[in-house]
Amino acid sequence: METFVQQVVSGLATGSIYAALALALVMIYEATDVVNFAQGEMAMFATYVCWTLLNAGMPYWAAFFATVAIAFAGGVVIERVVIRPVENAPVLAIVIVTTGLLVIFNSLAGWIYSYTQKPFPSPFPKEPLKVGGVVLGAHELGQIAVTLVVLACIYAFFRFTPLGLAMRAAAQNPVSSRLVGIRVGWMLALGWGLAAAFGAVAGMMVAPQLFLDPNMMGGVQIYAFAAATLGGFTSPVGAVLGGFVVGVVENLVGTYVSFIGTELKFTVALALIIVVLLVKPSGLLGRTVVKRV
Amino acid sequence: MTPAQQGGILNSPAQRRGILLAAIALACVLPFVMPPFRAFQFAQVWIYAIALLGLNLLTGYNGQISLGHGAFFALGAYCAAIMMDRWGIGYAWTIPAAAVLCFVAGFLFGLPALRLEGLYLALATFSLALAVPQILKYFEHWTGGSQGIVLNKPDAPFGLPLNADQWLYFFTFGTMLALFWLASNLVKGRIGRALVAIRDNPIAAQAMGVDAAMVKSMAFGVSAAYTGVAGALSATVIAFVAPDSFNVFLSITLLIGVVIGGLASITGALYGALFIQFVPNWAQELSKAAPWAIFGVVLIAVIYFVPTGIAGGLKRLAAWKAGRGVGGPST
Repeated sequence: METFVQQVVSGLATGSIYAALALALVMIYEATDVVNFAQGEMAMFATYVCWTLLNAGMPYWAAFFATVAIAFAGGVVIERVVIRPVENAPVLAIVIVTTGLLVIFNSLAGWIYSYTQKPFPSPFPKEPLKVGGVVLGAHELGQIAVTLVVLACIYAFFRFTPLGLAMRAAAQNPVSSRLVGIRVGWMLALGWGLAAAFGAVAGMMVAPQLFLDPNMMGGVQIYAFAAATLGGFTSPVGAVLGGFVVGVVENLVGTYVSFIGTELKFTVALALIIVVLLVKPSGLLGRTVVKRV
Repeated sequence: MTPAQQGGILNSPAQRRGILLAAIALACVLPFVMPPFRAFQFAQVWIYAIALLGLNLLTGYNGQISLGHGAFFALGAYCAAIMMDRWGIGYAWTIPAAAVLCFVAGFLFGLPALRLEGLYLALATFSLALAVPQILKYFEHWTGGSQGIVLNKPDAPFGLPLNADQWLYFFTFGTMLALFWLASNLVKGRIGRALVAIRDNPIAAQAMGVDAAMVKSMAFGVSAAYTGVAGALSATVIAFVAPDSFNVFLSITLLIGVVIGGLASITGALYGALFIQFVPNWAQELSKAAPWAIFGVVLIAVIYFVPTGIAGGLKRLAAWKAGRGVGGPST
């Protein structure tokens, strides 16, 4: 029983990372109809930026928020400069451009910081917490808390601020939004910025466990894809839910199904993606897109 | 559009055939004037060309995006390696075996992929590419785990006076020629038109009586078979297979080759193969990461400025030159 609770909690902890990255993917998909294959690599690069700031002697939380700000600006710039020209291009062109971004970020990180793994600090205490007979890692709990805070902020932003409303409008109906004076192009850029900022949070939270290296986010990204697919690419709530579900399932399967263990983790995610796409392509909470023929 | 503009400088069939024969003759002389290592590199170019042609049939001609063709490359390579190492079967027999195996695998993967359009197919295949090394390591009994399988390079048969690298150069070159000939016949005919029609307007294609589901799954199968043959050849030529050489970046390399060489172009596969084989070699001298930085930048630049890749760019250049020769372009 104690193992079970522990596995569920660490599942929620990894799930929170998947949720954050999946939410980033969904935000970009909602705004610009692009699945950003570079999302994970952008997060990884932002984490390196944080590492640089920390090494320059900045206190952790200052570096954390500075990185979030830098990632936000970076996301906006990428949308304006790289994505804008292919906004209305066929899907293939967009997939190729974000794949191009993926390899550029990956190689830049390798070029600047080398491919050796680097330890990354956690802002939370090292001693585990004991609740009843269950031992819980402080970093895992902190990770869940940080993600929940970020989610609450983003919910409040979209629900209660005029800018959030404008961004939702721009994503839902660009033409009408433009008619009422919303600068749709900039709203999309802001969406990319927010997504990059989320990714940065996910990267900084996962780095203490995985160690920092240019290929750190590959595994996280496949699970974030699975989470977004499960929840539905058109539903932010679904993506978050999907993230937590996938995280918990991944941990439980790894613990209790012996022939899978940790060695076939990616295959589990792949199977999940394919099954969801086949059985319910719109995901759990996504809306079904009806095409007119 | 006049024929001169359409085909550029290569306007008459006779001229084209002449250039093709000259190119083949040149390719046959190359291994005798190059050091063996260069011959080995060029053998890899021919192998890449086959894989790129396979991916191009699917992505360029049929419009199905695959970010996971490295998986079929790996399947072909391991099929060949296991046949040679465990069962002692000759390397030449591994080629058709890999083709059949990968055709079946591709066809089966293509069936569910029928329901996935555009982005979702890209997503599913990308996940496939990420999962490949883990799967290979998991079936350690067959694949030798992370250690991989070490093979022997075959010598030239029939007492031909060639060293191993020269022989493999000709072996891969011949296979490539045959497969290119088949593919160019395929896309020129009825099936080729069906492929393109489904890409450009699936509804109209179905209204014209094209069995879209069948053609799309077959395209997946044939494409996977080509890439699998390339994988089998690569196992023979490199004489080594290991899971980590079939990671997601192999799949991305193949996509890069197709895009840079030219989507929906037969010769584009060759340009793309030269690019992905030699550019990293030069760039490596800058830094270990430089090849990928260059790949990424060139990839995005190609999409912005020459979406038809090197093949399309050359065609446009030739058309422009020909147009200028007769007094400026008419369009």
